[in-house]
Amino acid sequence: MSDANESMRDVKFWPGNVVIAEAAAAAGCDFFAGYPITPSSEIAAHMAAILPKKGGHFIQMEDEIGAMGAVIGASLAGAKALTATSGPGLSLKLENLGFGYMVEAPCVIVNVMRGGPSTGLPTHPAQADVMQARWGTHGDHPTIALVPAFHHEMYTETIRAFNLAEQLRMPVLVLIDEVLGHLSDGMVPPKPGEFEIVNRPMWDGKPEDYQPYFDDKGDVPPFLPYFEGAQWHTTGLNHDETGFPTTNPELVTKQMHRLMRKVTGNRELIDSIDYYEADDAEIGIVSFGSTARAAMVAIKKAREKGIKVGMLRPLTIWPFPNKQVEEFSKKVKALIVPEFNLGQIVYEVERSVHSDMVIKRINKVGGVPINPNEILAGIEEVA
Amino acid sequence: MSFDYLPYMRENHLPHMWCPGCGIGVVVKSVIRSFDELGWEQKDIAFVSGIGCTSRAPGYLNVNTLHTTHGRAISFATGIKMHRPDKHVVVISGDGDATAIGGNHLIHAARRNIDITVIVNNNNIYGMTGGQYSPTTPLGAKAATAPYGNLEPSFDLAKLLIGAGASYVARGHVGNGRQLAKFIKDGFAHNGFSFIEVVSNCHTQFGRRNKMADPMNMVKWISDRATPLKKFDEMSDSEQEKHFPVGVLHKDESRPEYTDTYSNLISSLQDKA
Ligand SMILES: Cc1ncc(C[n+]2csc(CCOP(=O)(O)OP(=O)(O)O)c2C)c(N)n1
Repeated sequence: MSDANESMRDVKFWPGNVVIAEAAAAAGCDFFAGYPITPSSEIAAHMAAILPKKGGHFIQMEDEIGAMGAVIGASLAGAKALTATSGPGLSLKLENLGFGYMVEAPCVIVNVMRGGPSTGLPTHPAQADVMQARWGTHGDHPTIALVPAFHHEMYTETIRAFNLAEQLRMPVLVLIDEVLGHLSDGMVPPKPGEFEIVNRPMWDGKPEDYQPYFDDKGDVPPFLPYFEGAQWHTTGLNHDETGFPTTNPELVTKQMHRLMRKVTGNRELIDSIDYYEADDAEIGIVSFGSTARAAMVAIKKAREKGIKVGMLRPLTIWPFPNKQVEEFSKKVKALIVPEFNLGQIVYEVERSVHSDMVIKRINKVGGVPINPNEILAGIEEVA
Repeated sequence: MSFDYLPYMRENHLPHMWCPGCGIGVVVKSVIRSFDELGWEQKDIAFVSGIGCTSRAPGYLNVNTLHTTHGRAISFATGIKMHRPDKHVVVISGDGDATAIGGNHLIHAARRNIDITVIVNNNNIYGMTGGQYSPTTPLGAKAATAPYGNLEPSFDLAKLLIGAGASYVARGHVGNGRQLAKFIKDGFAHNGFSFIEVVSNCHTQFGRRNKMADPMNMVKWISDRATPLKKFDEMSDSEQEKHFPVGVLHKDESRPEYTDTYSNLISSLQDKA
């Protein structure tokens, strides 16, 4: 067989949800807990099929709250754990998501966004949960959220989500939308060895000396799963380095700042941006996920008309790349922010740039994605 | 020689936060004795709880301990047990924690028959938050949020769990620690979902509002009503209303345990590969 045929065989026509499930398994995920919800359910179905074959475990819980709990429990016992859901389900997971940040349990949460609020548009896409992803759970907390836009990115970003979760000992979110989740597109999944897999830093001292939140080497304390002889205590109450509750203001302050520093202090590791036609751009677009794909088409069309447009597309939406957006804004006369909601990420863009910067919002709800011509019209307006 | 509880305790975290005379102490002692009698190694035990006074128990025990969110302990425990089916997973919970906010997880874990033991310290009240009525507060009893007496009928937890599919259900009470320890040990040893309801005293929040501010009065009120199952069955309806049955109320060793079933699935798929 010729090489060309061989490589055609490697091409997979998977819906995005299956890409994510396959990528999770490739990243070493061995536990999934979920609760059915459109448009994310295929991720659960695929995990149910593949995990037991690999000796891993799948469970359909009684609700999303329980699914998030099971994921964190499994993670503390040493699993690489995943859950997937959509808007209403993410709303239910939020309290336990906060618990995950507090106890520093690595895990990955996929949210396949649909129209909201409430039951909203269960079978139609939206990008309206980006602020919920950042601020949804109560209290101050760090957040990492990745927003792939293409099938190959859903693969690589899911792996990166696991790596970041493990490396920084915290929950990491992946946000896609109904279009990406259900659209089948061709891609060649990278082979094992072609991507890096990072596992959580492990405690290598004596189990009896283990302190679950002692951080002499950095802001990410090493991990030791349950049942390894450390008998450590895990609580959602603020705690000291030994893991036991404290209300001592200094210790609580220290803990909270360290949690935040895991993200603020590791931006080089976490940040990821794709620049598209940005070098000579006079008009800038900031967009993400499936909307950014429409923006790419609009940019091509605009350039055919001689308008120099380029795009900054975050793959990591949280933490938001404020500095990079500021830099980008300095080179252009106007910024356009197309997002499939009534205006969320534009607030981050606005606070990244000079107050007299021209910023054009392009927003939409109703379940029909923003199309390239709508973005093109916006470009022509500011050109 | 008297039993030495200290090897199982995190002595440096004592004194505990419970009121003098609280029923939780009897439960914790029974749990420790059962660990010991079964020869379970401390490193092989995960002790999981939600939020409430009862849920503070794991913090004092030198095993793997997980103090989760209100009502959700069983879901975390399910994740642990599935990932490590070879380990012992025990949940301790208050009546509000387990049967109000956590009721869904409770019945579904019972239905799956996953090998987790759930011990509910049923003190008929929300202790930690200041004595609001719970799903097990008796009809007519006073609570912070039932100043004119509780208007809601209460759950019979044992019946609820039998109905949900738990394969071991027992009820004990804090007036008889030895018997309680036996039920807890039996539940631990049982391969499947086991549920032990402990009728317990919160004299501070329940007793004070219901003419039993002294713990001894409240334990007496409990002990006087506790009736062995056989005797209870022979009572008239009106007598039964004034009592509650204690004992092993249900035991079914024929039901497959969930993680066993899942392990079989894994091996059957491996065979095919
Ligand atoms: C989501 C949520 N809702 C409410 C609370 C407040 N809360 C803490 S403990 C508790 C009830 C405790 O009662 P119970 O479970 O019966 O346990 P006890 O304190 O009596 O042992 C409540 C309502 C909470 N912590 N989390």
